[in-house]
Amino acid sequence: MNAPSPPKLPVSLAANPRLSSWLKFSADGQVTVSPGKVEIGQGIVTALAQIAADELDVDMARVRMVRASTAASPNEGVTSGSLSIQQSGRALRHACAEVRHIFLAAASDRLGAAIDTLGVEDGTICGPGNVRTSYWELAGEISLDRDASPGITQKSIQQRALAGHSVRRLDIPDKVFARQRFIHDTALPGMLHGRVLRPEISGAMLAELKEDGAQAVPGLVAIVRDGNFSGVVCETEHAAEAALKALRKGATWSGGETLPDENDLAAFLKSQPVESTVIDTRKASSPGTDRRTIKRQYTRPYIAHASIAPSCAIAQWDAGKIRVWTHSQGVYLLRADLALVLKLPVENIAVEHMEGAGCYGHNAADDVALDAVLLARQADGRPVRVQWSREGEMSHAPFGAAMAIEIEADLDANNEITDWRHAIWSNGHAARPGRAAKPALLAGTEMSNPFPRMVSTNPPQANGGGGDRNSIPLYDFPSWTIESHRLLTMPVRTSALRTLGAQGNVFAIESFLDEIATERGEDPVAFRLRHLSDERAKDVIRTAARRANWKPARRAGIGYGIGFARYKNTGAYCAAVAEIEGEEDIRVRKLTLAVDVGEAINPDGVINQIEGGAIQATSWVLKERVRFDRQRITSTTWTDYPILRFSEAPDVEVELIQRPEVDPVGAGEAAHGPVTAAIANAVFDALGVRVRNLPITRDSLIAAMELAR
Amino acid sequence: MPSVRFRLNGVETLVDADPDRSLLDILRGPLGMTGPHFGCGAGECGACNVIVGDRAVTSCDTPLWSVADKDVTTIEGLGSAEQPHPLQRAFIAEQAMQCGYCVPGILMSAAALLKRNPSPSSAEIKEALDRNLCRCGSHNRIVRAVLRAASEAAG
Repeated sequence: MNAPSPPKLPVSLAANPRLSSWLKFSADGQVTVSPGKVEIGQGIVTALAQIAADELDVDMARVRMVRASTAASPNEGVTSGSLSIQQSGRALRHACAEVRHIFLAAASDRLGAAIDTLGVEDGTICGPGNVRTSYWELAGEISLDRDASPGITQKSIQQRALAGHSVRRLDIPDKVFARQRFIHDTALPGMLHGRVLRPEISGAMLAELKEDGAQAVPGLVAIVRDGNFSGVVCETEHAAEAALKALRKGATWSGGETLPDENDLAAFLKSQPVESTVIDTRKASSPGTDRRTIKRQYTRPYIAHASIAPSCAIAQWDAGKIRVWTHSQGVYLLRADLALVLKLPVENIAVEHMEGAGCYGHNAADDVALDAVLLARQADGRPVRVQWSREGEMSHAPFGAAMAIEIEADLDANNEITDWRHAIWSNGHAARPGRAAKPALLAGTEMSNPFPRMVSTNPPQANGGGGDRNSIPLYDFPSWTIESHRLLTMPVRTSALRTLGAQGNVFAIESFLDEIATERGEDPVAFRLRHLSDERAKDVIRTAARRANWKPARRAGIGYGIGFARYKNTGAYCAAVAEIEGEEDIRVRKLTLAVDVGEAINPDGVINQIEGGAIQATSWVLKERVRFDRQRITSTTWTDYPILRFSEAPDVEVELIQRPEVDPVGAGEAAHGPVTAAIANAVFDALGVRVRNLPITRDSLIAAMELAR
Repeated sequence: MPSVRFRLNGVETLVDADPDRSLLDILRGPLGMTGPHFGCGAGECGACNVIVGDRAVTSCDTPLWSVADKDVTTIEGLGSAEQPHPLQRAFIAEQAMQCGYCVPGILMSAAALLKRNPSPSSAEIKEALDRNLCRCGSHNRIVRAVLRAASEAAG
């Protein structure tokens, strides 16, 4: 046994140790909590309020959650990767526990009572003989402008009253009663409206721009042009739309870039210059005797974030200072890139979060913020609100990267796996702003003296990886080699989409395992359990299987499949059983999932995320594929980029395995990989056809049948 | 400028505007009513749904002239925190959303459904909401919330 390492602060708290940056008591009996993570429809603000109220012993109604801003919030980077509970939650729990101790110590002095005789009830500190004070009474004499210290004792599981309970979301009443909450619905005094002109042809240059049509639109305030970037600023949104339409008529575009062949993505991905990285290797202690090798290739297409709201931002220039309101997932990171583009110190820019619609990763939220800043520069100090069009959102925002995945397995005489080789060809899965020496924002590549378009990279495996996310098997194979080939060209713009590469890798691994189990004539659940030693992994598989009555008797046209993953190999465990029906058009009837996130702070919130993830994954699998010809993205409407509708949504059952003694992890991305694989495996079960290229549509089924012939 | 008169959430409303402009543009612009949301501008997602007469319509492709002398109900007219519509209560009870951007339109589609069919089946609810898109995957919760609202209204 090693000696226990000295206690450390949670990562977000280590980066932002000042306690007052996390919480403050205000005189009116409230506590203001200021996390660096933002609400994107995942319910994080409620879960964090629960943690704070719990640790401080105050009623939830006293907790006022502050939206993240560069002016006042701790810098927690980006709200992504299912890390908010893990990072913000742990930091806040520690900070609140420490603040409680600090106040109890002060109360002990004031009341003349030993600290261990004091208790806190809704912010009132009481001791023997009915002596009492409160956080608010003491707040004036206690400065929280001090750094957190490691090793603070937090409440035990039994002492927590709120964590582990399905507290109702704080934001939902506003949303059902149409009380302003979204940035889209925000009106600032004197606010103008802007629109930006972009070409349909990918990478085209603005050769000529006749402005007279737009000039004639009543309410026009300014036409802004900077290289290939151009836009309009108007008094009203209606006028901005009209001016943009006129400006579009006056624009002549030239050149452009060639896009890949959408019908042969694997050939494209495998023909590009790449940076190759060995992600992981394992060598067998005693090499097996291989009898044969089988090899399969799986692909997934480019997938759009397809937020239900086009991206929106508001910006204002005032005497060289810039204010930006944004639904970006990272206010500090956006600010860093804005500073790079504008060549201004970050101190001149204040970025404040406001809620948008669900983004599911890096969509156009950051891009539109720069658009608004560039237009607002010519608006004489008035704030300018810019909103993208549906078509813009579906063509100019980054997409989730297409992937080709090849897996080879060596099998011995008993068809047991002796070696496993997994190779990925894909663009990088991350080109978020604020992390590089050059900006990642779209308009930065369009201005005169443009910045080059950032070619997406992959986070390191230690941070969960990118294209290689979830590519290292959790199964006990004796040896393996995992390799990632990241493209160095990027004709189709890609960045972070929910799960990064995990959906593709889990689809490939779990499909291939099913193929091998089938060859062996072994039940796929039993096969998986036999290759796992992690009890939590086995538990979710057994639970999902039991709940789905695995495996129900065979019925014509109905199939069942299973998929499993632990997100990022370090996060939530999830297993899914899919029940599908159909011959030509596949319908997912039911998904049964089991999930283990350790301590579930808000169980209904976790279940909501898993249900939503399962349905979104079903949509990706059955319907979604970014379409393009050799010049332009063509899937720019909901007709050309259909998503799952109410009548197509499967029933979803979720069983949450509660482990309050285990540190919590996020739930938002756990379901996508397992559900994708479960559906594909169920299609094989029903039809005997193995679809290895997503999405699973009538066309891909026919292609797979022809291949099998 | 020609003017169009209609009843908005029960209030007589006169709008001086080009009658070919979309109802959504008028609601969110000159009338400052931001409950109905812009999603696509092509009548494909339902985020902008309002009730005209007794039918839910996509206000982004409904011209202003077509609502002359009609009753238009937006989410602002459905209910309030003080006097919530059964659907609003049920959406809270079922926690029937993630981001909630699509919810105003879905509430209006569901309200129109409950008016013509006070006790719909799950299948009927799904059919009535089939032109409303939800990207977060809250479909099943939303259906449960509509069922709950129907049973509460009946009970």
